[in-house]
Amino acid sequence: MTSPFPQAGGAEQGENRREAVVRLSGVHRHFGDTPAIDGVSLTVHKGEILGLIGRSGAGKSTLIRCLNGLERPDRGSIKIEGREITGLSEEQLQPLRRRIGMIFQHFNLLSAKTVEENVALPLKIEGWSTEKRLARAAELLDLVGLSGKARSYPSALSGGQKQRVGIARALAAGPALLLSDEATSALDPETTAAILELLKDINAKLGLTILLITHEMEVIRSIADRVAVIDAGRIVEEGPVWSVFANPRTAITQSLLSGIRPHLPQHVAARLVSEPVGEVVLGVDLSGPDAGVLLAGLSGALAGGFRLIHGGVEHIQQQSVARFFLGIPPASDGPARAVAYLERHGAKVEVLGHVPGHD
Amino acid sequence: MSPVMIELFIRSFFETVIMTVASGFISLVAGLPLGLALVATAKGGIAENLWINRLLGAIVNGFRSVPFIILLVALIPVTRFIVGTSIGMWAAIVPLSIAATPYYARMAEVSLREVDRGLIEAVRAMGGNRWTIVREVLVPEALPSLVAGFTVTLITLIGASAMAGAIGAGGLGDLAIRYGYQRFETTVMVAVVAVLIVLVCAIQWAGDRLVLRLDHKH
Ligand SMILES: Nc1ncnc2c1ncn2[C@@H]1O[C@H](COP(=O)(O)OP(=O)(O)O)[C@@H](O)[C@H]1O
Ligand SMILES: [Mg+2]
Repeated sequence: MTSPFPQAGGAEQGENRREAVVRLSGVHRHFGDTPAIDGVSLTVHKGEILGLIGRSGAGKSTLIRCLNGLERPDRGSIKIEGREITGLSEEQLQPLRRRIGMIFQHFNLLSAKTVEENVALPLKIEGWSTEKRLARAAELLDLVGLSGKARSYPSALSGGQKQRVGIARALAAGPALLLSDEATSALDPETTAAILELLKDINAKLGLTILLITHEMEVIRSIADRVAVIDAGRIVEEGPVWSVFANPRTAITQSLLSGIRPHLPQHVAARLVSEPVGEVVLGVDLSGPDAGVLLAGLSGALAGGFRLIHGGVEHIQQQSVARFFLGIPPASDGPARAVAYLERHGAKVEVLGHVPGHD
Repeated sequence: MSPVMIELFIRSFFETVIMTVASGFISLVAGLPLGLALVATAKGGIAENLWINRLLGAIVNGFRSVPFIILLVALIPVTRFIVGTSIGMWAAIVPLSIAATPYYARMAEVSLREVDRGLIEAVRAMGGNRWTIVREVLVPEALPSLVAGFTVTLITLIGASAMAGAIGAGGLGDLAIRYGYQRFETTVMVAVVAVLIVLVCAIQWAGDRLVLRLDHKH
């Protein structure tokens, strides 16, 4: 089913009109015989947060490192702010890299430098005077909420604080693009949430474009505007986050989502049989304004009633995304009518099986 | 010990210190860049060049595999060319430096190689060039370990300078051989050993203190 919602089409058209900060087309990168990047085309628009998700080894780091020339593609075109970078020499890449900030899973702060010296390092490389760069570092530390730690060494900071320093450092030279390679993967859930909040804040305040890679859908859900799914070096799915969550088309996306979407509870799944005996179990997916009122409508339409086994409505980018598991009594035409009603209202319905004894 | 002996002792002590410090300084100034070159030209290094890497490695190994006492004799023509004589403290500094440089280069190589590659990556990503990486990452991050290695080199040099006494280099080693060993003056021998122990301990202590002050990793 294609998306029934006019907003989706509208948003996509809007994105096409927006300026591209990064435009990849047909990028390949092989290590020996194994392709790490196998023909990737991807655009990152100005001001958006694009999440790139994939399993470990999918090629995420290789791809992100191609964007600032740390990795060189074998083939394909990489344009940063409209400029082709694939032919550039190391010396030509250096000024370009100052337009691109990067943060890392293990923070990569210099242990021999204080927090403010770390933040000021990109400016030192640009040739700023000590006084000016320390003033700028102070501003950035203020932005990330670490003003009090300017003279500390990184070893005295917690993981979350280290990543804040990493973010301040990445922003020091006023980049057009921020690359994040699993920046929250080494952090606990609470700290992760705080760091993602900070990134979102910076995106809103500074209009900074962010390309964020992760293996966790949770991260995508809480921060990204758009998501691209990478598997074995290829982009297999791409779209607004809510729409990919509502309607994951590939097995890899479904499996990446499986941890954070409602499941049929284990004890029900164990009793499922295919023979038509007992209660019929349906899996229902729906997104959009109807999602919240679907069940109320269904109970009106279904004389025999139904049982909500599991699931609910969540809100992603102001879109309602619903996923329910329903048990319908087998009596007469109940199940058929339920399916018809749900599909008429735009839901994707899957008959999962029957639970004997529940009738 | 007689006053003459004491004066000789003090002079020998300073000769040992000067030989150690001078050849230590030269091995630092020459060995650190050599260590950097070994790390930079290695596979995956910031200036990868395997041919140069192998060549440098072979030269370093060549010097390191020759026993010092043989190097001492073999280098006599070189020493004579540089210093004008092959005898005395200044002459001994040449073989000492030539032996200590590849020794320290290997120590520095190990220290520099242990710097987290992620840090190099981070500085490359912010637009730093090779020189920036050397100055802002490799050397500062390896500094505590470089200092620890230099401490070991200095202590090794004290021992080697005593051996250089065999070709009349002066210093405490020379004194111990000529008076303590050849003339059976046990007091001189004991005093030399005691002073050497104190000297080694002092250098180790100072080195350890410095490493502790420089290390912000923990
Ligand atoms: N320098 C390299 N040499 C050889 N193989 C590499 C190198 N870097 C990455 N790879 C391989 O490329 C694939 C993609 O790696 P990577 O981009 O790091 O994945 P991800 O970041 O998604 O976990 C993996 O199979 C990995 O083993
Ligand atoms: Mg990775």
